Amino acid sequence: MYEFLKDLDKRWIFLLMFLSVTIPIYIIAKTGKSFPEVPSVLSEAVFQAVEDLDEGDPVLLSFDFDPASEGELGPMATAFVRHCAEKKVKMYFMALWPVGPQMIDDAIAKVIHSDFPTLVYGEDYVNLGFKPGNEGVIKVIVTDMRELYTTDDIGDNIDEIPMMKDIESVQDFDLLINISAGYAGTKEWVQYGSTPYPDKIKIVAGCTGVQAPLLYPYIPNQLSGLLGAIKGAAEYEKLVIDKYGGDDPDPKYLEAKRRMGPQLVAHLLIILLIILANYIYFVERRKEVSV
Amino acid sequence: MKRSVPLLITALGGFILIIAYFIPAAQGWGEVAAIWFDILASIAFILGGGNLIKIHLKKISDKSAGWAYSAITLAAFLITLIVGLGKVGINPNPKYPEYALSGHYREIGSPFWWLYEYAFKPLTATMFAMLAFYISSAAFRAFRAKNLEAILLLGTAFIILLGRTFTGVYLTAWLPDWMSGLKLENLTVVIMSVFNTAGNRGIMIGIALGVASTSLKVLLGVDRSYLGSGDD
Repeated sequence: MYEFLKDLDKRWIFLLMFLSVTIPIYIIAKTGKSFPEVPSVLSEAVFQAVEDLDEGDPVLLSFDFDPASEGELGPMATAFVRHCAEKKVKMYFMALWPVGPQMIDDAIAKVIHSDFPTLVYGEDYVNLGFKPGNEGVIKVIVTDMRELYTTDDIGDNIDEIPMMKDIESVQDFDLLINISAGYAGTKEWVQYGSTPYPDKIKIVAGCTGVQAPLLYPYIPNQLSGLLGAIKGAAEYEKLVIDKYGGDDPDPKYLEAKRRMGPQLVAHLLIILLIILANYIYFVERRKEVSV
Repeated sequence: MKRSVPLLITALGGFILIIAYFIPAAQGWGEVAAIWFDILASIAFILGGGNLIKIHLKKISDKSAGWAYSAITLAAFLITLIVGLGKVGINPNPKYPEYALSGHYREIGSPFWWLYEYAFKPLTATMFAMLAFYISSAAFRAFRAKNLEAILLLGTAFIILLGRTFTGVYLTAWLPDWMSGLKLENLTVVIMSVFNTAGNRGIMIGIALGVASTSLKVLLGVDRSYLGSGDD
């Protein structure tokens, strides 16, 4: 057994990882049960930032991610849109990533079209689409939206959209929600948005796990709250569901909580592998010393 | 001339942005420069596409190693480009029915939507998901408690890995309230918001100073490496 572990083929590790993810997915799908979540201070800060908004307040949602990180960020996007829709704020969607508009479409279809059909496009929500230029886009729209956005995503003149009437720049939004998978994303929004205009632009964000440690230095002054990876999404989801979910929430609003199951088993597997590898390492080292 | 003009543009753009940042009266200059940047970023897509075609066509014509992948890349690029730009199979916008290309490029059920939904989306999601396999294999092969630094790294990794799931809550739920700071989920928060933040802030300040120094060199024309090695 020891010899087998010492020369363990990586394909066994791949198989173990595959099983540690698929089995929890299957069990959770079958039973409908997931692990409980305890919201962190940062998730509560994000929730509170949206809660503090009043009906009709303008909120900019920048979806700066792609299908590669949908697993982590998709549930966040769903929860954010649901929360905004429940608060009856005006939602302005935009994207700094080329496939961001598809992410926006998904969230709108999943939440607004199916559960909030009374919301009217152009009056309650609008999709401004993608603009190339990364932080260059942010630098322009923080002072003048119309320099870059002359139409919405479907090509309608921006001046004919009722909810755009009072919007001149990003400074006119009461909150900026950014969902980010990398560059350009939260870091750029902080650097070119909330940092030069600390009293006018308030940002909360959701990001991938690898990005989260890099964004902590901006909390709390430049970034009011942060959801880190699927764990942050699950915590925020719980807060939204506890307040607005009712007795039998739709499973699509519990997606992050469900995805925490496979993550738990995968983390345990990685810990087990590290312990095993170190055991082998020390046994081998002892052998070398004794020889 | 080949190098002087780009040097001049760089210096002009850079100094305009610096002046616009520090002098409120000149803020408009910065906005104009930023708009120019966005226009150039859009044009860069065309340049990037042209470059991609050039590189892969060369690989195919030279029959160099992996040329078949280049053929697949080119085919995928051209098909997506033609289907997207040509708005193939997309119905005209109901507001402008007389214009064939007035429809939306992401129309559900269109060939472009199909390419995104059934090719791009699963492929990119799969690429990202593969990380889990590589991370687990790397953890087994590379993570060794060889010295004090490695032991500290391992300990931190264990706390974060456990604290980011319900295992952390479950394993240390028995701790009394006065020891709640030692609960794994709370330790995770402390590690992230104290040690990680302090370390990252230090690194970021160092990077910022380095970027400022490098940028000045570029703007003043001292560092010309970004122009390539072409002669005047």
